[in-house]
This record gives sequence, structure tokens and C-alpha cells, in this order.
Amino acid sequence: MTGLSMQRRQLLKAGAGAAAMAGAPWVGAQAPRRVVVIGGGFGGATAARYLRQFNPDLSITLIEPADTFVMCPMSNRVVHGGLQLRDISRPYDRFVSRHGLRWVRGRAEAIDPVAREVRVGKERVPYDHLIVSPGVDYVYDGIEGLQTAEQQARVPHAWKAGPQTQMLRDQLQAMPENGVVAMTIPKVPYRCPPGPYERASLIAHYLQTRKPKGKLLVFDANPEIQAKKGLFEAVWKKRYAGLIEYVPSADLKSVDAAGGTLRFDMQGEVKAQVLNVIPPQRAGEVARNAGLANAGNRWCGVDFLSYESTAVGGIHVLGDSIAAAPGMPKSGHMANQQAKVCAGAITARLRGIEVPSDPIIANTCYSFVSQTDVIHVASVHRYDAAKKTMLPVPGAGGLSAEPSVIEGIYAMAWATNILNDTLGA
Amino acid sequence: MPIRKAQLLVARWARTGAVGLALTGAAMVHAQAPAPASNVSDFQVQLWASSCMSCHGPGGKAVGTGLAIGGKPAQELYNKLLGYKNGKLPATVMHQHAKGYSDEELSRIADHFASLK
Repeated sequence: MTGLSMQRRQLLKAGAGAAAMAGAPWVGAQAPRRVVVIGGGFGGATAARYLRQFNPDLSITLIEPADTFVMCPMSNRVVHGGLQLRDISRPYDRFVSRHGLRWVRGRAEAIDPVAREVRVGKERVPYDHLIVSPGVDYVYDGIEGLQTAEQQARVPHAWKAGPQTQMLRDQLQAMPENGVVAMTIPKVPYRCPPGPYERASLIAHYLQTRKPKGKLLVFDANPEIQAKKGLFEAVWKKRYAGLIEYVPSADLKSVDAAGGTLRFDMQGEVKAQVLNVIPPQRAGEVARNAGLANAGNRWCGVDFLSYESTAVGGIHVLGDSIAAAPGMPKSGHMANQQAKVCAGAITARLRGIEVPSDPIIANTCYSFVSQTDVIHVASVHRYDAAKKTMLPVPGAGGLSAEPSVIEGIYAMAWATNILNDTLGA
Repeated sequence: MPIRKAQLLVARWARTGAVGLALTGAAMVHAQAPAPASNVSDFQVQLWASSCMSCHGPGGKAVGTGLAIGGKPAQELYNKLLGYKNGKLPATVMHQHAKGYSDEELSRIADHFASLK
């Protein structure tokens, strides 16, 4: 930015202040009027949408480099072959034009919390309230053999839906009939706790129907299945016996992508034709670089009434990047829910009314265990004022009794409805 | 929904690969956009209801059997929510959600959805 434009901005700010003194319409609200949202996923897009719904005249800018959103939920069905990538994709252009958002198509590279600006390439985007919803980054530090981008590109994590999802699908299809698939699951917390086990179920179903001599090895860094444990165990035993081998407490040390080898701390070396390494995760880079990741330099602490950062004022963090409350999974559904609380809190501040202090949010998470059969876990979370966190409501929430086709129907309806709620016109 | 019908639907997805999401792009719903309530209590209810919309669609205009609850009579919605909460109505997941709310909260959420035309 040039000195001149900086001066101009300061003049404009001074002018706005004068207008406020003179009785501009938003005087009572003492309104910061520019909200900038980094990231057009379930957190960011939902926040932008609901902010617009609550504030027809607010300036809202979405910073998002992709032209199309590809949803992670249902992406395991793309790996499996039941859906294609286009089925889980939605372009941003209609969304931003319908809701009157300014769309900066680029990557948010840095946040300046003093100047209250986000740098995107050569552009600086000023904000009064900033919402940061960048999703997760992948941490390859402890995995020898996956240090370069080229090595990483050969071993898909497919943990952000998109080209890697298709790559894993293609590798499965190209695998020999008696091939071995090896997937690794990182220690919690990671995005979508049941996701790896859903993927394992669907890969097993693929093998059973297309390559029954094949085998899936699941190496979990955790000591046990992290979500819907009893349900997944029952399905694997009943339907996929001999197809899935589950190995708990498996700490991945190195990967030889060219040779198709994984090496574990305790379990030694394993050869496979398809490698799917889901790396450990942490808050998105832009959030960490801005000093927001105050929980172990990994996740971003927030106030659960507003999702404002506990590290830097005026910046709100949503979704997988936050240091979650007890029992709160890193999920798209949760990000969508948090976004509404955040949009409500910012709106209340803009209007000069009290920030609502009794948020209730919920999680509903469906997992496919075959082409048609689905299980769910649900929970309701309320604010505990004494503990200043969200807690699951005892007695509410729960699991499916067993996999069912009916829940398959509801899962597909859920996917459509949450996509409309997040990115609908 | 009868199991047989559900199975046919799922089988169709399996065959065509793609009924659900791509097609609904054309049927995107434009929810009415109410301004936020001016007092904090009403605004809180509006936010509670917005949390339901992840599954029930913006403005309660969901796709999927029985999921579109926007604009339905308040008493009907409230009776259903109470039925789910006390276990008198069978459900796949709503009995687990309804138990997270007081009767009063369910009543106010029902009123809110009824007001969405």
C-alpha cells in the first residue's frame, strides 16, 4: 500500500467518524461495518450468508481462492464410486452474487491485526470484524519420506475433498485384484472423527464387490476407533471379516511412496499397492501466522459466545481450526452451527444489543458403512457460563441402533440441505 | 417412508451415481431473510432455530421427506417435538436432539418455524 492510499484511508476513517458524530443512521450501533471472511467452507460461507440475512446493508467480503466448493462429507462415497466429484461440488459465483458479497478470489496470506487488514497478493482488505475459517493444515514433520511436495503428491490424504479424492479413487480402480490398500489415521484431534472409519468401511465394500481377493489394512495412531466405535466394529465383523485388518496404536514413522512401503514404530514395515496417509492436522496457516493458535501452537482458542479469538480481539475463528470444547467434533456440521452463533454475536454488536448468551448448537453426523447403509451420531451442546465453554447435554444425543437404509436417505437429504444452508442462493 | 420405497431410492442413487446433490443445485431454495429480532430473547430463539436449518434447510425449506418444517402450524410442530422428546413418536435422530431443549424452548422454536412462510 502506498503512503497516499494509507492517508486517504485515514481521512476516510476520520470522515466516517465525523459522520457518526453528526448523527448518521448507524450511530446508535457504533457500527464497525466491514466484515471480512477468510475461507468459503462450512464455517466461513455460513457466517457470510447469515450475516447478510441479519444485516442487509453490511459490507461483507469473502476471501476464497477456489471457484468451486467441494464438500468433504460424502467424499468417501466418491472414493467408493457411488458419487462423483461434481455431485458434491458447488460453484461460488451464484452464492456471492445472490447474497451481495464482495469476493476476493485469492489466498489470504497474512493478517495485520493492528492495521486491521488482510493481505491477499498485492491487495489489502480492511476489516472491522474478521472471521477466519481456514480449515486444517497437514503436518508432515514426523513422517520421513513425505517431506517434499512431490512426495506428498504421490500419497493422497484425500482429507480435503477435491483432486486428491479422485486420485485415491483412481488408484483403487487401478489396483490389482489381489492388491493391498493401507491407510493411516492420525492421533486425535483431526477433522471428522468418524471419517477414516467410514472410508475404511466403503473401501472394504468396494473390495468385496469388485476385488474380493484384495485387502485393507487400517493403521490407527489412536488406541481405538475414535467415533461410533461399537457400530463400526460390528459392521466390520459382520460384513467385512477378512477384508479389513485394524491395527491400533500404530505410529507412522516413514513412507516410501515409490516402493509402496509404510514403516511404523512398533509394527515394522508394510507393503501396499495403494497408500492413503491421513497426516496429523493443525489450524490453517493464516490463523497460526496471525498468532491465533494459542492452544499448543496448534489450535485457536475462542470465546464460545462469539467465536472471537482469545488471543487477538476483533478476529473470530470458526470450524476445524478452533480448540474445540469438550465433546465437540471437528466437523462441517459443527462449523456451520458455530458460524450462526458467530454471525449472531457480530450482529448483536453491530446493533448495539446484548450478545445472546444461551447458545444451543447440535451435531448430526452420518457415516456410510456400505453403498446404502448408514449410521449416525448426534449431540446437543449448550453453554456453561461457569466453565465458559460448550458442553454436551447429558441425556440428549446418541447413536443409531444399527445401520439402515432409511438413514441413507436422511444422510443424502442432510448433505443437500446443509449445502443449501451454507452455500445456497 | 416405507422401507421398500427407501431401498428403491437408494438403489437409484447407486445406479445413476448422482441423484442427490447435483440436481438439487437447480432447486436451491431462497429462504426469506428476516431481520434480526430487536430484543435479545427473540434473537436468541432465531439463532436456536437457525441451528435446526443445517438439516431442515434455510428457512425450514428442506428437501427430503418430512424435513420441510418452515411455515407449518406451530402447535403441530410443538406436539411433534414433545413427542420426540418424551419418546412417544418414533424417530431416527430427532428424539436425540429434542432432549437437549426445555419444553419452553421447543415451543418458541416451533413458533419461529411456523412464522417462516
